[in-house]
Amino acid sequence: MHARRKTGESPWTYLLLAAILIPFLFPLLWMFLSSLKTQVENTAYPPVWIFRPTLNNYRQVFTKNPFFTFTWNSLVVAAGSTGLALLLGLPGSYAIARFKRTGIALAILTARMAPGIGYLIPWFILFTKLKLIDTYTALILTHLIVALPLVLWVMIGFFEDVPAELIEAARIDGCSNFAAFLRVALPLVKPGIVATAILSFIFSWNNFMFSLIIAGFKTRTLPIAVYNFLSYEEINWGGLTAAATIITLPVLTLSLFIQKHIVRGLTFGALKG
Amino acid sequence: MPNGIRAQKISAWTPGERPAAALSRFVEHHPVLVFTLPASLVVFVLMVFPVFYTLYMSLHSWFASSLTAPEFVGLQNFKRAFTQDERFRNAIWLTLYFTLLATALQLVLGVALALLLNRPFRGKGFFRSIFLMPMVATPVAIALVWMMMYNPTLGVMNYLVGLVGLGPYKWVSDVRFVIPALAVVDTWEWTPLITLITLAGLATLPLEPYESALIDGATPAQMFWRITLPLLRPTIVVALLFRSIDCLKTFDIIYVMTAGGPGFASETLNVYTFQVGLFYFHIGYASSLLVILFALVLGVSLILIKVRRGAW
Repeated sequence: MHARRKTGESPWTYLLLAAILIPFLFPLLWMFLSSLKTQVENTAYPPVWIFRPTLNNYRQVFTKNPFFTFTWNSLVVAAGSTGLALLLGLPGSYAIARFKRTGIALAILTARMAPGIGYLIPWFILFTKLKLIDTYTALILTHLIVALPLVLWVMIGFFEDVPAELIEAARIDGCSNFAAFLRVALPLVKPGIVATAILSFIFSWNNFMFSLIIAGFKTRTLPIAVYNFLSYEEINWGGLTAAATIITLPVLTLSLFIQKHIVRGLTFGALKG
Repeated sequence: MPNGIRAQKISAWTPGERPAAALSRFVEHHPVLVFTLPASLVVFVLMVFPVFYTLYMSLHSWFASSLTAPEFVGLQNFKRAFTQDERFRNAIWLTLYFTLLATALQLVLGVALALLLNRPFRGKGFFRSIFLMPMVATPVAIALVWMMMYNPTLGVMNYLVGLVGLGPYKWVSDVRFVIPALAVVDTWEWTPLITLITLAGLATLPLEPYESALIDGATPAQMFWRITLPLLRPTIVVALLFRSIDCLKTFDIIYVMTAGGPGFASETLNVYTFQVGLFYFHIGYASSLLVILFALVLGVSLILIKVRRGAW
């Protein structure tokens, strides 16, 4: 073990790591740097690498647009869809894992394959008829289409890791099925719940297609707001990248807490990476 | 427990029993039903309704803006797509082109990076958390930054390729370059996923085959092609399955960066369907395009699942 470690940590390893990381980091870094540049610096060619950072772009984003409202909308929809998905999905995934009902789970996985527009068009027409376009209800429900299967699938994996003997012991001690779920299983998968909630939050926060159609002026979420800036502020790169940084920073921060579970989440629990 | 006994216990509801007690007894005897019912109901309403709606509409002609009822046209929509619609054929071709290019790029790159990274080093957690940033970053923001980088006159990409004597290119504004340029963005986003999946697969490989290969005097290249790759196949195919499904359906990046342009040069099937359904509001035709897109996704998935089970 000691010898292996020595060879693994040669300076070449770190040079290699840097060479791999830089291309993956660069676009995000470029976004951040551009948000700190003035308009003149952003339109300079060749690109400016050394400059005096300014926060003017951020000030403009918040003063020229109701950016706090957009952020609030994004928060409400992401928290709402995540909360609902957990409430519905946790008991479901527990039962699927404990009583081995994989048939239900497979049916839900098929939903992962269907294109999003397939859900969007029928719901758009129905919500238009019900006058629910541009409401939190409609947005939360459409985001639930992504969140609920995600919660179900990822949590099945976590519940499967709970030793069946623990549940059975609780049952013998007189615990009802519901109490066994609530008092024994749930506390044991708490880290899994946190990871799943964060993943589901990120998916909703990043969602573009559903919000583009379902959100209107009142409930416009951040991605749609930035997309709209893009159409009429095409050249104002400083403002645009500042807005992009504001959207991306929360999800990047959240992702730090789930790096162990990200593969599991993105493959719907198919792989435990 | 035989079903008869279970049913008997439930029906034996004694008069005077509190409803709450009766309820908890019901939960006791039907845990699967009670625990999965709420989720199943919501999944059914949210997802099964659209499926039937789409199937129904795909056989009809109807504009969302019109006041008349949908008109039954049989398979007319499908016939139109395959025989008359130039834009549809273009979209199918572009979808396959984009998917093939993007998945091939990220697969080769992702597996190669995994093999390079499959060694112990300090700061693995730090590396991992930076490496997975492209996957979680908001797609609209990603599209925006790449648009800026691809800018034909001011973009940093032309500057960077210029350093090695290439370009300048027009990237996403060039009919020939737009699909490869978009595939690069998708590759940037998703190579880390393939790498992480492959790394997880590498961690589970048995040591014995390598030991006997060493004794037999195999070269590292032989060990890679004859041992590592075959053993990794199930893992790689699962990664490929997820990536190709998502590539066939890629929307956010294409829609934000090019909206299918220039002209129709990056209008994949998903983007075209979006335009037909939610821009022209031709719901009937869009629904039949959706059926075709889903068939395409399902077909590719089935092929890959076959590959995972049997021969290449």
